[in-house]
Amino acid sequence: MPTRRTFLKDSGRLTIAFCLLGALPAAAEAPAADDPRPGSLQDNPRLNAWLEVLADGRVRVLTGKLELGQGITTAVAQMAAEELNTPLRQVEVLLAETGRTPDERYTAGSASIEQSALSVRWAAAAARQQLVQLAANRLRVPAAQLVLADGTVRTADGRRQLTFAELLGGRQLTGEVPLDTRLKPKSEYQVVGQPRPRADIERMVRAEPVYVQDLRLPGMVHARVLHPPGPGARLQPGFDAEALRRAVPGVLQVVVDGSFVAVIADSEWAAIRAYDWAKPRLRWAAGPALPAGKPLAEVLRSLPAQTEEVARQGAVDGAPAAGEKTFRATYFKPYLMHGSIGPSCALALFDKDQLHLWTHSQGVYPLRASVAKLLGLPEDRVHAKGVPGAGCYGHNGADDVAAEAALLARALPGRPVRLQWMRDDEHRHEPYGSAMLFDLQARLDARGRLTHWHMELWSDTHSSRPAGQPDKLLPAQLLARPVAYQRNELSGGTSRNSEPLYQIPNLLIRTHSVQGPLRVSALRSLGAFGNVFALESGVDELAQLAGQDPYEFRLAHLTDERARAVIKEVRRLTQRVHPGPHEGLGLAFAQYKNKAAYLAVVARVYVEPEQRVPHVRQLWAAIDAGEVINPDGLRNQTEGGLIQAASWTLLEQVRFDEQQVRCHDWETYPIYRFDEAPRVEVSILNRPDQPPLGAGEAAQGPTAAAIASAVQRACGVRVRELPIRPEKLAPPITET
Amino acid sequence: MEEADFTLHVNGQAHQVRADPATPLLYVLRNQLGLNGPKFGCGLQQCGACMVLVSGFAHPSCQLQLHRVGAAPITTLEGLTRPDGTLHPVQQALVEVQAAQCGFCLNGVAMCAAGLLRQYPRPDEQTIRNALLRVLCRCGTHERYIRAVQRAAELGG
Repeated sequence: MPTRRTFLKDSGRLTIAFCLLGALPAAAEAPAADDPRPGSLQDNPRLNAWLEVLADGRVRVLTGKLELGQGITTAVAQMAAEELNTPLRQVEVLLAETGRTPDERYTAGSASIEQSALSVRWAAAAARQQLVQLAANRLRVPAAQLVLADGTVRTADGRRQLTFAELLGGRQLTGEVPLDTRLKPKSEYQVVGQPRPRADIERMVRAEPVYVQDLRLPGMVHARVLHPPGPGARLQPGFDAEALRRAVPGVLQVVVDGSFVAVIADSEWAAIRAYDWAKPRLRWAAGPALPAGKPLAEVLRSLPAQTEEVARQGAVDGAPAAGEKTFRATYFKPYLMHGSIGPSCALALFDKDQLHLWTHSQGVYPLRASVAKLLGLPEDRVHAKGVPGAGCYGHNGADDVAAEAALLARALPGRPVRLQWMRDDEHRHEPYGSAMLFDLQARLDARGRLTHWHMELWSDTHSSRPAGQPDKLLPAQLLARPVAYQRNELSGGTSRNSEPLYQIPNLLIRTHSVQGPLRVSALRSLGAFGNVFALESGVDELAQLAGQDPYEFRLAHLTDERARAVIKEVRRLTQRVHPGPHEGLGLAFAQYKNKAAYLAVVARVYVEPEQRVPHVRQLWAAIDAGEVINPDGLRNQTEGGLIQAASWTLLEQVRFDEQQVRCHDWETYPIYRFDEAPRVEVSILNRPDQPPLGAGEAAQGPTAAAIASAVQRACGVRVRELPIRPEKLAPPITET
Repeated sequence: MEEADFTLHVNGQAHQVRADPATPLLYVLRNQLGLNGPKFGCGLQQCGACMVLVSGFAHPSCQLQLHRVGAAPITTLEGLTRPDGTLHPVQQALVEVQAAQCGFCLNGVAMCAAGLLRQYPRPDEQTIRNALLRVLCRCGTHERYIRAVQRAAELGG
């Protein structure tokens, strides 16, 4: 299991971790030398931080992670049910809440199983040992002769038993989860490793209140924020708030603080009417012009950059030897949107000097600290409760809308304020996934083996989460007394998966960290999407240059058996698939972060011969995520990753002019609909003897590269610049 | 506009509401009748999150103004569940197939599927894809949703 110690030792990735997670608590900086417990548990070692036994014998699990649709609620419940031999329905899960659940910082980086679920496993195992010992003392029977199951501890002959409630008598289990906690042998598992259904799906189909958008508090009022039209735009004087009040009945308050403008009304429709009334009447001075006139790739290359070396081995310069082939290519990915289907939403209540927030933020503790600083409140006056929202796929508007709601709640104390962004707000003001540019130079020897790999890549940061500071919250720069923006100096996530897993003797990878024109932060898989697209496209082109089969070429350069196994498995899955006319198959592979789940994917793409429109017909994936907790959850996440990445690859690109982002709805930023979404098939290589590996982001990068390679085989054109649009698929000019 | 009184027929019951006649039905359903099924996604009839059945046909509710609803029967996701709590075949199939990730688009899928199966009890895959065309799913649950609608047809949707 990747302990905090090995995590920290892995210094090449340490910078990313700090950038992503913000300041780590002191405990993590001085880890115990041989602590086998998951990092989250080392940070929060008390048993009752993770698990409580309720009076009726049911078990409550507390996790610092939030349900984002990834199924973490079910996975942590399975862990507790297994260790405590308790039916799954007897386990309830409390999600991230300040002052209540462990501080696990952000629900990010595919780490929820590796951290939170494993911590619950340890805590539940420790609880089992404590409960058995309590019963042994009470019954005066050796612990080894007792059986714990279904909320009771009983003697082996079943004659004497005590329920959990009787054993505890209203007290709670306490103490630290010991380092020598004995986990249940995996051979005895009955719940973990089984495809248990998610209980929340039944609540969804019954239209129960599942989401933060569904919360309704007594006396609740509704708000909308009128964001500046573009980056850096400033509100000009002259807005007539009184005219707005007269024009729209139900408006309770108009908040204008610098360039932060919002309306609060007694009904949601009144708030929207006020928003619509005010929007064309606000006058803004435009910010600095955006570089809309020239290709974004050129823009990125021309910006001042901070250069970091990611990996170096051997020497990549020097003249090619006889028989060697040199390959050069440039790849590009544009800005991408998270594109949550439900716009960001939060509720805030300022009551008796205490601020309460209901939020779908991925990190309630960092949000609490950030909002407290923004409002100038002591941290203990802010309480943040995580409630699921629409899928976020990384850092979307969740934190921003919560901060804005907090500002509005302060303006109207005693009333719960529900703030929901309009579609235009979400599309224009969420922090995008950064555009990236890649220059690759590689060399093959006379036998067609890769000898040199030199990648230079340009990107803005992939992480600007608030992380406990106020400056990265959207309203922070808009207020009359703005908070200066502290740009992350580190390249946070840019280099993720830039280093090939392939054996290549001479290697150089460098990142050029730039500040691009648009606001950016973490989008599912961070830099891995662009890096794997470039890396695996390049490997595929090199296989063709070497005249080799794409499977064999990859296998010839891979020694990691688990990497080889997923590639062989996806070949097996597709061995009977024969592409038809104008169709092609493409293969790609990556191990997410070079340390999480292994995934290989094959894409089948049809390119219309006349209009050159590419259609992804089917995607097959083989995934090895180590020990699988819930196979159906893993399958669901992987299917989703494949389809979402296909949409990114074929359709998506955030466009802007000199003043503002031009994508403001689903027509100007189209994503896959049901007519285009490919069929998907996922094969899981379960390895119960291995630690579980983060899997939720494993499909993103390989899918893009597999599609690009399939397109090339279908129509002869290699697209190196995403998205793969028909206009890029003009027939190649044949040499005569 | 001046507020006015309306009688809405939602999930088999008559409801008296007082509102601006231009209010889109979505806000009345959520905020005055307390329903959770229809969701705000875009307000532009582009994403389907707010889908309801109007006289049995799937229709987005985010721009359907109150004064245009008239006496048309409205069904929301809540209304698919039978009074005894039994799930509609579409709901049952969604649970069986575990067809949801974040689930925010589930309402749109369920309502479009219910509208489809009422007209075409045995749709082929292409017909299902067409029926779900107005719904956007960002998690990439499309394949499972299609399987769920096929399963709902088997269950007698």
